[in-house]
Amino acid sequence: MLCDVCKCNDAAVFLTQIVDGKMQKVNLCEGCSKEKGVQDPTGFALADLLLGIGAAEEIEKGGSSTRCPVCGFTQADFKKTGRLGCSSCYVAFGEGLNSLLKAMHKGTAHVGKLPARAQKSLALSDRMKTLTENLRKAVQEENYETAAALRDEIKQLESQLTESK
Amino acid sequence: MKFQNLMASTGEWLRGEGPHHQVVVSSRVRLARNLRNRAFPGWAKKAERTLILELIKPRVEELPEMQEPFSELLQDLSALEKQVLVERHLISREHAAKSAGSAIIMNRKQTLSVMVNEEDHLRMQSIRSGLQLRQAFKLVDKVDSALEAKLDFAYDAKLGYLTACPTNVGTGMRASAMLHLPGLVLSELINQVIQAVNKIGLAVRGLYGEGTEAMGNLFQISNQTTLGEKEDEIISRLNKVIETIIEKEQDARQVLVQKRPNTLWDQIGRAYGLLTYAHAMTSKEALNLLSVVKLGIDLGAFPEDKRLAIDQLFIETQPAHLQKSTQQKLNAEERDHFRAQIIRERLKSFPKPDISKVAREPEVTGNSEPEKNE
Repeated sequence: MLCDVCKCNDAAVFLTQIVDGKMQKVNLCEGCSKEKGVQDPTGFALADLLLGIGAAEEIEKGGSSTRCPVCGFTQADFKKTGRLGCSSCYVAFGEGLNSLLKAMHKGTAHVGKLPARAQKSLALSDRMKTLTENLRKAVQEENYETAAALRDEIKQLESQLTESK
Repeated sequence: MKFQNLMASTGEWLRGEGPHHQVVVSSRVRLARNLRNRAFPGWAKKAERTLILELIKPRVEELPEMQEPFSELLQDLSALEKQVLVERHLISREHAAKSAGSAIIMNRKQTLSVMVNEEDHLRMQSIRSGLQLRQAFKLVDKVDSALEAKLDFAYDAKLGYLTACPTNVGTGMRASAMLHLPGLVLSELINQVIQAVNKIGLAVRGLYGEGTEAMGNLFQISNQTTLGEKEDEIISRLNKVIETIIEKEQDARQVLVQKRPNTLWDQIGRAYGLLTYAHAMTSKEALNLLSVVKLGIDLGAFPEDKRLAIDQLFIETQPAHLQKSTQQKLNAEERDHFRAQIIRERLKSFPKPDISKVAREPEVTGNSEPEKNE
């Protein structure tokens, strides 16, 4: 049986744990068990092993939902594997994940590459903000002709926005 | 392209012509991407994985960078063939364990490889010889932009690219360099360097990545974090650290030449002797000895034109390459025997180490004669 962490060496340390009435097994080689500091097999989750101690609890503490509505992945699954089920899990487990990400990374917001698609929708939503603001002003000033034109433009933009998503 | 052709050519990055090639063997940059609203490979059922594969594979194959690619489904590759790809760093060990629903597509030069349904739907990797992280990123970034026009990637305005493991979210980028650091290992400074690098949020790993042992004095250094920093900044940070390590390694080598020449020549002589006369050798021993001979070439004790032969042996003495070249499955003992035989044959015309040719730089520190200091 291979080690669950390095998937290379034979497992020498076998850990079994009951979480929420479910049995979880983790098999580790000698090197990984030492490296990860697994001497005390009580109170231990694979998510902790892969992502750092406390990772599994962070997700639970966040009070976010326990199951992703899109893919059916659960918090227990995350605890077991240290991986998420689909991109929507980031929304479903959002709050708990955020504090985890904060501890794990340099920041909490992406500042790198933007896909062209996102760039486009970013530009569209900026334009939308401006139009909505103008519409509000036009209504306030009882300038209904402008307001009607703005409303049409917003409608068109809305359909573009849903397309680009 | 067939597997046979792939075996026959060594791949551009192995030719060791890149900048700082004496210390930096290769540079790799990989990007992780996923399709929106699809389960990640580890959670998706076989049918969904296959569907995702069918969506992605043709899009990758039609890239201009992928003319006449090597494109295979993982289930069509033998365990040995997968292992050969791992030994060349063209696929990850994790990907080699995959079967139905996963694929590998790479270009002829073996500088660009795309894994489909590894831990993420897409793992695109560019590999170059020497220290060329920026160039490696440029290629993989271009491929990403081309694919993004045709595939709907999971992207969040706040978190960036969404990945199966939260450790990759944001840029989805892992940039890494393979460093050859015999000087720092011989002078027992390596742990200090590793600790210092770890402290500033970079990871140091062994030859085949996470959880692997450092063999042949080879170390991989890579960024640990992917969120909150631009791709460019991550690479700059990494470059700076690598340049410092290169300096430290060169200093360590000069100190060895000047302060502990006997130890150094003993190591090089022993490595030469064992490699040219031994009849059984494990891959770990071979890597460690080849590393010392490589150091000997760097220092001038062996002629420069022998470098390629040694660099190639680093790869060709690995277990899967060995078995693939004999066309038969060998047990560990037979492998060790065959490995020693290949090395002996390759080193037949290899001259003895000549320490009079070693270039000595002006003294680094201290004032005593180097020989007296031993």
